[in-house]
Amino acid sequence: MTPLFLTSFTATSCLGTGLRAMSAALHNTHTGLAPCRFEDVELDTWIGAVPEIEHAALPVRWQRFECRNNRLALLGLGQDNFMAAVADCVSRVGAHRVGLFLGTSTSGILQTELAYRNRDSESGALPASFHYAGSHNAFSAAILARELLGIQGPTAVVSTACSSSAKAFGSAQRMIELGIIDAAVVGGVDSLCLTTLYGFHSLQLTARRPCRPFAADRDGISIGEAAAFVLLEKSPARNCESAIALLGVGESNDGYHLSSPHPQGLGARLAMQAALSAAGLEAAAVGYINLHGTGTTSNDSAECTAVTSVFGATVPCSSTKGATGHTLGAAGALEAVICALALRDQLIPGAPNTGPLDPTLELNYCTHSAPQPISYALSNSFGFGGTNCSLVFGRLPLGAAP
Amino acid sequence: MNELVAYVAGIGVRGPGLADWPQTEAVMCALQPYVRSATLLPAPETLPPTERRRTGRVVRLAFAVGLEAARQARTEPAQLPVVFASSGGDGDNCHEICQTLASANRALSPTRFHNSVHNAPAGYWSIAAGTQVPSTTICAYDASFAAGLLEALTQIAVHGGATALIAYDHDYPPPLRAARIIPAAFGLALVLHASPQPHSLAQLRVGIDTGPADRVELQELEALRAAIPAAQGLVLLEAIAKRQTTTVSIAYLEPQTLRIAVTPCR
Repeated sequence: MTPLFLTSFTATSCLGTGLRAMSAALHNTHTGLAPCRFEDVELDTWIGAVPEIEHAALPVRWQRFECRNNRLALLGLGQDNFMAAVADCVSRVGAHRVGLFLGTSTSGILQTELAYRNRDSESGALPASFHYAGSHNAFSAAILARELLGIQGPTAVVSTACSSSAKAFGSAQRMIELGIIDAAVVGGVDSLCLTTLYGFHSLQLTARRPCRPFAADRDGISIGEAAAFVLLEKSPARNCESAIALLGVGESNDGYHLSSPHPQGLGARLAMQAALSAAGLEAAAVGYINLHGTGTTSNDSAECTAVTSVFGATVPCSSTKGATGHTLGAAGALEAVICALALRDQLIPGAPNTGPLDPTLELNYCTHSAPQPISYALSNSFGFGGTNCSLVFGRLPLGAAP
Repeated sequence: MNELVAYVAGIGVRGPGLADWPQTEAVMCALQPYVRSATLLPAPETLPPTERRRTGRVVRLAFAVGLEAARQARTEPAQLPVVFASSGGDGDNCHEICQTLASANRALSPTRFHNSVHNAPAGYWSIAAGTQVPSTTICAYDASFAAGLLEALTQIAVHGGATALIAYDHDYPPPLRAARIIPAAFGLALVLHASPQPHSLAQLRVGIDTGPADRVELQELEALRAAIPAAQGLVLLEAIAKRQTTTVSIAYLEPQTLRIAVTPCR
């Protein structure tokens, strides 16, 4: 595929709002996880919450979109001059030539969960304030972002569980490659809710302590929330010496089980190989892999098998979910931004919380952040339903082909 | 925009009073009367029994139309990338989860939870087909059919070969029903090819336009089209059924539409 440049990007997670906070945390191998104090949830687990959401009520004109997920979307879009970069792009290429592709798994379901606690005692009706299209529907953040950003090009939400916002890059890339649009905002937004907390708990997949991907004593995931956005364009931003670009997208299915990965990581391997092939790169060119690395026994072991089958055991790898938590449908976009920071700062992000590594997982797993020259980085996102997506990013000298 | 071109090789339909594509075609051509009845959803025959027991009506709906379209197109599901498109996904399952979470005992069933993802039908489909071929699941609220069709067409234009679109929407139970009125379960699947096949039904040339969406001639079917996002595609099916060389407009993101030039292949 033709490289697509990340001319602007931003991320908001439990590491903080915007890139500066995230970059500082990644350089210092910090975690944003804390014991779960979300709503009235009584579960013995840790979460990656964004406290600023509590004070980020939507302006009156966006009232119909009021829900935690859209607060997070708006908070995230407001960082790092991202909206100004999109406005500039819209003015250059035209509103109809800019697309919008977002990923979410649970959208504003928390609003529905809370509405179910306030049903009319006689009729059972939901409270009148409940707005299905504005909060519940998976497309709600896209309607809001489209209006806010003045985008009129093709728009869709990909909702494929934890690969959602990685796959959104694929949808955008195809549209740009075909000349239907010149640029696209790609992103992911997913926020804390009871469905995922109690749901992952029912599968015995929530860790009691902060999640520890690839550790010998790992015992599950820490659920997080995030909003991450990228502006993809055919040309790099002006006046920079090098640019970060999306070089390859690879997608696959496991065809194995709805909530367990293929034990040998068959689908994961195919996704990584497809992404490398789309990028026209040999595996040896990749200098860092941001693993899906949820911290469950089964994911990390299947992913390790898949990664070593493609890359061998020497490429530096880490999962940043010990820092951010597993942000589910937002993880693909969040970790795309982490790869972009790794390439920009020439840094291998470490893996906070992970102590002694699982000796059976033979990877070059980097627990501590360290400077390192990286030209190409790969990010993995896998999800329920057996859906897999790998993205390849590169740091390109300006004007040069990869 | 540049036009996207594809050839329809197979169609699947299920809805109230619509059992499959041949029957729908006959109704559209006034060879059969339309008789309203509940949407019949067969058990997903290709799923292993252990998995089949875990599926709800939405998975059955997606499988029914997807398998019909694949059969007509003479394509093995294992070889077929799929774009699933649904506005609301599984409302029954969502209702049960919200009800449990609002009760004193919040313990969820693990099956309910894994069935809650929007891509549950896609997951079961790939398990049934035993395939690693990619699929995706799209939502664009009322524009979900058109957004799914665009996604499928771009996949075909970039990767070549065939891609299926499986669009489906199911009615919500109360109390969500009052907030999102989907009157009935409806599914529509198309197998689309990059190039003409011996059994192709029609060529589609698709672009983005603005203006009103077209209506279906038969009043009962028009009522479905107007009310169910996945049924937006009935306008396209009507043109194919009547073997018309024509242009139809399907609702996309207001005020936009997808303008589809339809040319019969036989």
